[in-house]
Amino acid sequence: MTTDQLRPLTELQALESESIHIIREVAATFSSPIMLFSGGKDSVVMLHLAAKAFWPAPIPFGLLHVDTGHNFPEVLQFRDEAVEFYGAPLKIASVQDYIEDGRLRERPDGTRNPLQTLPLLDAITKGGHDAVFGGGRRDEERARAKERVFSMRDEFGQWDPRNQRPELWSLYNGRHLPGEHVRIFPLSNWTELDVWDYIAAEKISVPTIYYAHERHVTFRDGMWIAITEVTPARPGEVVELHSVRYRTVGDMSCTAAVLSAASTAHDVITEVGLSKITERGATRADDRLSEAAMEDRKREGYF
Amino acid sequence: MPQRSSVLSPNANLTGGRTLLRLATAGSVDDGKSTLVGRLLFDTNSVLADTLDHVEQVSKRRGLDRADLALLTDGLRAEREQGITIDVAYRYFATPARKFILADCPGHVQYTRNTVTGSSTADVIVLLVDARKGVIEQTRRHLAVASLLRVPHVVLVVNKIDLVDYSEDVFTAIATDFALLARSLGVLDTHCIPVSATEGDNVVTRSHRTPWYDGPTVLGYLENVDDTRLAVGSELRFPVQHVVRPQSAARAPWASRAPEVNGDYRGYAGKIESGRVRPGDEIVVLPRGSHTLVEAIDTPDGPLDLAVAGQSVIIRLNSDVDVSRGDVLAATDAPPAPIRDITATVCWLAERDLTNGARVLVQHGTSITKAIVKSIEGVLDLDFESGTVPCWRPTATLTLNDIGRVRLALASPLPIDSYREHRATGAFIIVDDADGWTLGAGLAGSTPLTARTAFTTQSDQHYPAQQGRGPS
Repeated sequence: MTTDQLRPLTELQALESESIHIIREVAATFSSPIMLFSGGKDSVVMLHLAAKAFWPAPIPFGLLHVDTGHNFPEVLQFRDEAVEFYGAPLKIASVQDYIEDGRLRERPDGTRNPLQTLPLLDAITKGGHDAVFGGGRRDEERARAKERVFSMRDEFGQWDPRNQRPELWSLYNGRHLPGEHVRIFPLSNWTELDVWDYIAAEKISVPTIYYAHERHVTFRDGMWIAITEVTPARPGEVVELHSVRYRTVGDMSCTAAVLSAASTAHDVITEVGLSKITERGATRADDRLSEAAMEDRKREGYF
Repeated sequence: MPQRSSVLSPNANLTGGRTLLRLATAGSVDDGKSTLVGRLLFDTNSVLADTLDHVEQVSKRRGLDRADLALLTDGLRAEREQGITIDVAYRYFATPARKFILADCPGHVQYTRNTVTGSSTADVIVLLVDARKGVIEQTRRHLAVASLLRVPHVVLVVNKIDLVDYSEDVFTAIATDFALLARSLGVLDTHCIPVSATEGDNVVTRSHRTPWYDGPTVLGYLENVDDTRLAVGSELRFPVQHVVRPQSAARAPWASRAPEVNGDYRGYAGKIESGRVRPGDEIVVLPRGSHTLVEAIDTPDGPLDLAVAGQSVIIRLNSDVDVSRGDVLAATDAPPAPIRDITATVCWLAERDLTNGARVLVQHGTSITKAIVKSIEGVLDLDFESGTVPCWRPTATLTLNDIGRVRLALASPLPIDSYREHRATGAFIIVDDADGWTLGAGLAGSTPLTARTAFTTQSDQHYPAQQGRGPS
């Protein structure tokens, strides 16, 4: 045995193996897991890892998308293609349905992200799901930095950051009481750059709007907002045509673009590596609502 | 012999990059730990513009004349309001050589619980002392925990060196104290660095104000510390996560990228916790004890001719032995004997106490079994003086943050290693059967700290395997 062969795994090998181990543990120890899938880059990386975790068998659980009704059409099209490609059944919980029948009301600011919590919790309860995979990463936001890989939720879907189980070695403890469920974050230790490195290395397809394209945008509150039917230009705003891309692809009403010429995963890696603005800070209006915006939504059962 | 890049994974794109190092920080309240972590993030360009804007605004609001880097690690609202850190937080930074995962462990509240958690996965502990105070009680406690958890490397950051006028004498005195302490606790690999986290001396850039110090900066140390995992050089341990037997379901288009398998495929999925494995290796299936050979190591990227600790793979065996989830595939050289009575060092992590006769669950590898506490033989007294080692005090119960000696009887035998030799498979957690809470962290086998006296020689640092090892 030469020392050459004792060299440690690379970063991507180690992260991939850790995530696969987590996903397999969940499938082996929970009775009804489900994986959140929006078509966003983190969720497609998570789905890709699930496919690899169970190969040569199919993925043994379904997918769930909480559709705000304000999704980019390119992302919805990609979502359906990816579901077909990886071979897992998709369920959709629709915020629009909840608004139409009065269970939810549109917010004055038009943002629908905070409205996802109720349809999500209903889908978890109705489906009898005891484990719910999410693509959250700890580098995204400071409230997430303290969250466990296996994160307990009470009957109301709430997260109690002051009362988390210690998580040691790679011994994940998913035992819970009836009515509780566990959120699982297999990408906890990945950064935005790791995700892009992996997309490039594994040649994973992502929605086209992650890459540079021309779009009519306006500069609003320090961010480039696309002009769409959900987000029309306001009186007095200047609409410009720019080469832009999205770093996250959430609800159209609160996701902004960044000016970019990056047309491949490798271009994006160069851009992300040099970027001076964090992913959520650049493009998510909903995290700006208050200093503790993400923490508040997580406590209520949001991801 | 294949090229190195194809040895561990046929996917060459995953093998070329940098490696991953896991750190944990420890220090007491005012040692400047948050500032050091903030400085590491800031000076490696891991802090981006909007986060820095926020920190600058808050610093200004608090009447500071420059950005307080400690604010970069601000966490939950309750912590900001109370100005304390409650829980372990994970931070990420990278250089061209390495990616770092840093478990930032608060120094005061529940220090044992947090330090044990952070240390469990750490390759390196970054321990801080204030140059004006030197090695104090808290330093001894943290180092004792690092020693118990067998963290391979410890680096002592002698912080606030600017406040002692960059004095070499002060640094040398602290480094000498620390070396004695480390030796008495059996910590083998240590290094001391004079630092001012506030001024940036020797964190990322070398300071001209400590010309008498010719060692690496903190980041330089972290980039170069030997990360050939001890685990890789150790014997194979492969806890089986699940049995792979595809029911010839319709294959998704994705799978056309992966190798074809036939209808009677049967393999065992898991992550290698220690050692390495090749096709043709003889292994033993624990706890049953049947011997067989490895037929192949499969991944969706293709078969491997070598897999090592940390890799998730599927192992196929060349005979029809009975294997299920919870079993461990192990090297035939000194496999752990499945045992029903274990003695372990237990770090108690819960508000509720542990008492004799308690019924709990023990989770080890991929198996879980019922257990009864047979006896609590003592609690470690971490208030020890320099030049001595911690000793056991008799006790009837373990309470939050206690480290105790516990005997457990298991409902079914588990192949538990001695923690000293196998960090992954010598470890277990104690779980509450009623509500599922994680109550304690168990390190099987004897406790290294108290088995030695102060100033032991190098030759005492290897122990014969006793607990949980092969048939005697």
